[in-house]
Amino acid sequence: MKARFDVINADTRRLDTPDKATGRAVYVDDIQRPGMLFGAILRSNLPHARLLNVDTAAARRLPGVKAVITAADAGMVPYGVSPARYDETVFCHDRLRYIGDEIAAVAAVDEATAREALELIQVEAEPLDAVLTIEAALAEGAPRLHERFPGNLNAEVHQEFGDVAAALKSCDIVKTTTFKNKRQDAVALEPIGCIAEVDLQGRLTVISSTQSPHYVQRTLAMVLGLPVGQVRVMKPYVGGGFGHKAAANPAELCASLLTLKTGRPVKIIYSREEVFLFSRSRHGFVHTLTTGARKDGTLLALAHKCHLDGGAYSSFGIATVYYAGSLLGGPYRLPNMKYDGYRVYTNKPACGAQRGHGGVAARAAWEQQLDMIAEELGMDPFELRLKNVMAAGDVTCNALNMSSLGMRECLEAVHRDSGWSKKKGKLGRGRGIGMACGFFVSGAGYPIYRSDTYHCTATIKLAEDGGTAQLYTASAEIGQGSDTAMAMIAAEALGVNLEDIRVVSGDTDLGVDLGAYSSRQTLMTGHAVKEAAEDARRQVLEVLCEELGVPVERMQIRHAQVVFSGGEVDFSALRDRYIKEHRGWTDNPTGKTLSFREASRIAYLARGTIVGTGKYKPPKLGGGFKGAAVGTSPAYGCSAQVVEVSVDPETGRIIVEKVTDAHDCGRAINRTAVEGQMEGSVSMGLGEALHEEVKFDTNGRILNPDLAEYKLVTALDMPPLQCIIVESNEPNGPYGAKEVGEGAIMPTIPAVLNAVYDAVGVRIFELPLTPERVHTALRRAAKAPGGVTGGKDPGHDRN
Amino acid sequence: MKQMIRLTVNDRQVEAAVEPNLTLTDFLRYNLGLTGTKKGCELGDCGACTVILDGSPVNSCLVLAVQADGSQLETIEGLTPADGLHPVQQGFVDKGAIQCGFCSPGMILSAAHLLRCNPQPNEREIRMALSGNLCRCTGYQKIIEAVKAAADTNADDAVQP
Repeated sequence: MKARFDVINADTRRLDTPDKATGRAVYVDDIQRPGMLFGAILRSNLPHARLLNVDTAAARRLPGVKAVITAADAGMVPYGVSPARYDETVFCHDRLRYIGDEIAAVAAVDEATAREALELIQVEAEPLDAVLTIEAALAEGAPRLHERFPGNLNAEVHQEFGDVAAALKSCDIVKTTTFKNKRQDAVALEPIGCIAEVDLQGRLTVISSTQSPHYVQRTLAMVLGLPVGQVRVMKPYVGGGFGHKAAANPAELCASLLTLKTGRPVKIIYSREEVFLFSRSRHGFVHTLTTGARKDGTLLALAHKCHLDGGAYSSFGIATVYYAGSLLGGPYRLPNMKYDGYRVYTNKPACGAQRGHGGVAARAAWEQQLDMIAEELGMDPFELRLKNVMAAGDVTCNALNMSSLGMRECLEAVHRDSGWSKKKGKLGRGRGIGMACGFFVSGAGYPIYRSDTYHCTATIKLAEDGGTAQLYTASAEIGQGSDTAMAMIAAEALGVNLEDIRVVSGDTDLGVDLGAYSSRQTLMTGHAVKEAAEDARRQVLEVLCEELGVPVERMQIRHAQVVFSGGEVDFSALRDRYIKEHRGWTDNPTGKTLSFREASRIAYLARGTIVGTGKYKPPKLGGGFKGAAVGTSPAYGCSAQVVEVSVDPETGRIIVEKVTDAHDCGRAINRTAVEGQMEGSVSMGLGEALHEEVKFDTNGRILNPDLAEYKLVTALDMPPLQCIIVESNEPNGPYGAKEVGEGAIMPTIPAVLNAVYDAVGVRIFELPLTPERVHTALRRAAKAPGGVTGGKDPGHDRN
Repeated sequence: MKQMIRLTVNDRQVEAAVEPNLTLTDFLRYNLGLTGTKKGCELGDCGACTVILDGSPVNSCLVLAVQADGSQLETIEGLTPADGLHPVQQGFVDKGAIQCGFCSPGMILSAAHLLRCNPQPNEREIRMALSGNLCRCTGYQKIIEAVKAAADTNADDAVQP
């Protein structure tokens, strides 16, 4: 029987949206401080060069300039995301590694003066040969970006589970394809920015548009050499993240250095172009996959080779290169898997994490290949997947535990609601339908730095005058709706109404929370919040037990009322005490039940402030092999999608007509927000599938660092979308909840690829599916022997 | 050299001396403190800075403050009634059309302008009217639903005596 809930598992209006709808919500650039200076960063104009000298004298002399800093001021403490790959310093000191690399920063009385000062800084640099592609970077004798990393190999992963070579020999069908995506940019609508200020005790406060106050705090303390207790990082409302705001950035470091130097608050806001130059978004991947199966469709083995175009620094890349392999371990039973991953340095902006971290291109490549195998075996794509899907309790060959998995339910839902049986292969030339699956972690099993830290803590303080509760977490509301979800969980666990909870979040002073990345907050922060609320509730009930002589087990709190079971309880003495304290008040309780307001007030009178605390870290997860940590999670979300397209054979233009999307998010906390994540994921996936690409000229300069030439999906492009929430009951999630924020993007691109094939009979192995690329593929296929068959694979297109 | 401008912002007379290269976005945000108008690209591509200038939605980052001299301006702060929410704002809140919220003020102004010109738009007209306002979070689905809900509110109001 379905569990019943009072607050969660409902379509709930978010707490923050009235402020956002009226323009009252405060983002970092909306904040002004008295005496505030404006910072700006000087960036390299060369893709690769030896840095010889930086002369800041003229910039310092410009009226209005208060400080100019370079590597000489910032020091040489290396930082990055993963301690094993710290390869950045605040400013370049010996080498410039991409167009956009940071050389110096200025603080001035206004932004125009700061930017003018940048132009007065004289940079002397000796150009070096640049490597702009994976091939060029790996070529023998190629210029090396980092001395520590010969051959420009930033990270290498080699894993094998089972015996792939032997398994492939026993397969009836073996298929090899190579697939390429392009660099995508996260394009959160709000650019990166921050304000740093220092008080007279030397305490640094940074207000930043970040996904992870915690990681920013640690990096600032480490690089600046400050005790971590002297650094506080807060986030106001954040205008989206999607990955590129998940680690400390140069704006935060420069603003901190400049405020420490000037004693005045310093604001740095990136222009849209600077956001593109900073990047840290989706990598460019090249995947070569060899999959073997039996005649009956049983998948037996996958050999997978992947190269990542990483850009000039590591960023999240070490995790990315592992995720690219490990996330193909599911959601199908696959006994043998081999992965060889290479992340390569190039003289371009560094890539990092973006929605579906590491797994999106791999998933697209594989799900397209699975359709090719299904076709050759004469199986329906659904049939092939259903034959292989894992179920709750299965463990992948790379030791990922599917503690719940509604994969079959997702497949059945989209099959039914899309009208697949009536449409597949029957839509006529130029129209097609395709499907794909995906799965994703529900929070990374381990922090990005090696530590036994709790991944999140939460505190609930009951208001001393009774009735309401304040929830404190350091988690990051970046637009996904975590504050509302946490308030719902707190209200459910405490037994009060949603409006009784006030959320204070996004501040390192409030506790530890690793932040909004890897789709972790609902499950992980949710656990901590639930535990904190239950702790506070227990304390209130204990006091009632002492006061009324009623065992705790006989009491519940629901809808902000204390419910006694097993007979009437006389609580009139408590009510009298409460009312005596509130003479003259017009809203004193009169009902037949004891209100939470009275109960929490009585608890305060007995014990002082009632504070409940909670914490969460996952148990030890994963196998013992090297890199086993990446891909582990306490739970996995999964999804299936069906996409319908029409393709104009004359122009190659694809129009997505309809998307049917099912996602297993465990128990949905806020159903509206779950749908919102699904819909947003599909739009980002369609953008990557059809037109998003960060383009470079031959010198390594971004050609389209703006939103006119880098094209997002608009309201006109988005097709009608049907979202189906599939609810499994995740044993490791709070109230059974798990992720939806990232996994929902996984099936979109391959479903489009498979639909395009259904429409025009051409397989395309490179993104994005621009009209030009589709048109070229169609023309090439038409010239090939046999032409476009619609039913037969006309071979690879490698344009 | 600074120039004097006089304009009406949200039914309030405003007089200011501004640099000739100051954008209307920056004037609203930093001179008047009307920070509901957002800056997402400063090139007229994203629509986050949308305001209603003399009855038409514009990207305020592409308008100089001096060009707005003598004009009537409405920002998200002006759209918001003294009490409660405008029907479009209410629709956005009710339908879950807001996630990060950075595009929302501009999006809501574009939608409100559409409904003033065309109280019962069809879906195509809604999508067209909002196509200059980029949203990275929602996939637009719930935004479209919100505008439809606001249009329905209009219709309900219209039949009341």
